[in-house]
Amino acid sequence: MSLYTLLGALEIGLIFSLVALGVYISFRLLRFPDLTVDGSFPLGGAVAATMIAAGYDPFTATIAATIAGAVAGLITGWLNVSLKIMDLLASILMMIALYSINLRIMGKPNVPLITEPTVFNLLQPEGMADYVFRPLLLVFVVLAVKLLLDGFFATQSGLAIRATGSNARMARAQGVNTGLAVLAGMALSNALVGLAGALFAQTQGGADISMGVGTIVIGLAAVIVGESLLPSRKLYLATIAVILGAIVYRFFIALALNSDFIGLQAQDLNLVTAVLVTIALVVPRLRAHWSGKKGA
Amino acid sequence: MSLFTSPKALFGALALAFVISAPVHAQQKSVAITAIVEHPALDAVRDGVKEALTAAGYEEGKNLKWQYQSAQGNTGTAAQIARKFIGDKSDVIVAIATPSAQAVAAATKDIPLVYSAVTDPVAAKLVPSMAASGSNITGVSDALELDKQIELIKRVTPNAKRVGMVFNPGEANSVVVLEQLREMLPKHGMSLVDAAAPRSVDVGSAARSLIGKADVFYTSTDNNVVSAYEALVKVGMDAKIPLVAADTDSVARGAVAAYGMDYKAIGVQTGQMVVRILKGEKPGAIASETSKTLELHVNPGAAQKQGITLSDALVKDAAKVVQ
Repeated sequence: MSLYTLLGALEIGLIFSLVALGVYISFRLLRFPDLTVDGSFPLGGAVAATMIAAGYDPFTATIAATIAGAVAGLITGWLNVSLKIMDLLASILMMIALYSINLRIMGKPNVPLITEPTVFNLLQPEGMADYVFRPLLLVFVVLAVKLLLDGFFATQSGLAIRATGSNARMARAQGVNTGLAVLAGMALSNALVGLAGALFAQTQGGADISMGVGTIVIGLAAVIVGESLLPSRKLYLATIAVILGAIVYRFFIALALNSDFIGLQAQDLNLVTAVLVTIALVVPRLRAHWSGKKGA
Repeated sequence: MSLFTSPKALFGALALAFVISAPVHAQQKSVAITAIVEHPALDAVRDGVKEALTAAGYEEGKNLKWQYQSAQGNTGTAAQIARKFIGDKSDVIVAIATPSAQAVAAATKDIPLVYSAVTDPVAAKLVPSMAASGSNITGVSDALELDKQIELIKRVTPNAKRVGMVFNPGEANSVVVLEQLREMLPKHGMSLVDAAAPRSVDVGSAARSLIGKADVFYTSTDNNVVSAYEALVKVGMDAKIPLVAADTDSVARGAVAAYGMDYKAIGVQTGQMVVRILKGEKPGAIASETSKTLELHVNPGAAQKQGITLSDALVKDAAKVVQ
């Protein structure tokens, strides 16, 4: 496996770690099964690509994409909190609505960004290769997001969101406005996903309407792999675990892409990835099992 | 003695691994194909490329390292495949369909990229025009000359005024054709009515919504529509609306006629371009091409079921008559 392949996997893993952090907030902290991400990821890409192609500054476009993601999450939350639509169904409704909305935003199914400026090529210093710089910049972005999230979830509002997820009735008894907490959590979660979509479009040559397919699966897999590799109840460790999970998942795909030497073919890719993820989930448990026996 | 306790054995194993992974042949060329998804037409392109390479004397395992990967519909995976092929320093990367081609184009400005089965490479920003690009990119577009498609519609149904089209709004290739037809049809005294089918299961109901609004159906090479073509044929027979297709395979499945391309031939054409680059030509000096081989296929039996009779001249012109 070449260095270029590894850095490519790291770069895409870092982008998807933002998705994974978003999924962690909705699924784990809020306990809100949120499929909106399959729509808010391409939404972020669509907004960013369309604005950049129209001549807007890439930084403005990326921020706008993040806000668009937040609005999508807010609407899912509103469908659930105010209109009392079941959480899963509310998010499915939003996800399918976003397909049409994304087509409207882009005006066509594909908006290319090959010659346009992006946040990556604007910040890239002279003499540094793009495939090195992109993951480097993303490390800073992801770390900044992680630290901000850790900080936020230690504040009163952040704790209110976590309390709503763990026990909504108890949270209400303590005076937490749980409806507001759901809205804030969903907005934050999908804002991260929108940001990821915007960055993905800027590294991969454009936004495509099909880019959201399976985002939730990748996000959930990253969360679960991360939790399995680094189990912890502390939030600052859990966010690290989720980021690691997203990167490890991408390395598995890179590994699966390079598995032709054992007779595996292109069509086996998803199966190989699934097997590798299963191993990642089972090994830590087996290790705990064995060390438990040794101690007994 | 375990492998890990003996540095000598470990070194030996590493050396062996290196020898195995080293290129077998000094003159070996590497061609890597990335496709967004597995699909009969896209697979035919891949097979055509390989056929052209074999015909030019590049044989897999001897003087050719051949790699093929499909992203199985996932754009994140398509991006990683692009990175892998660039990291492998392939001599030529062939990208089938728009998202796969864009992922490669965004990631390399040096390695030759030959796109294939991209309907509008200019709108996809792969090349600035269909002329030689001067960059690392060239390829074969599967765009149809719509003049000839309209001519066929007129020959099949001379009295038709309204052309109905079922399409997937999420497929760049189909939207391009739709917009061009909307502009061109009025010049021929016809108009376009469309119905969207975002999933293949929607094709039948989209076609039914056009009953009474359309005199003839035209379909592009839309993936959703082609994969659910039988649903369209059923509506065509029930409502007596004839079907004109853009790919010849659909004629055997119940279209009245198609003046279309053979995707295998597009693959061969792409492969010949790859061979020119392997022989030393610069991709930037090769102009983009459209399909050279178009064939007329007709199906008189389907025509009868859909309420029309094909003219003798049309049947005589056909390269293949499906009975």
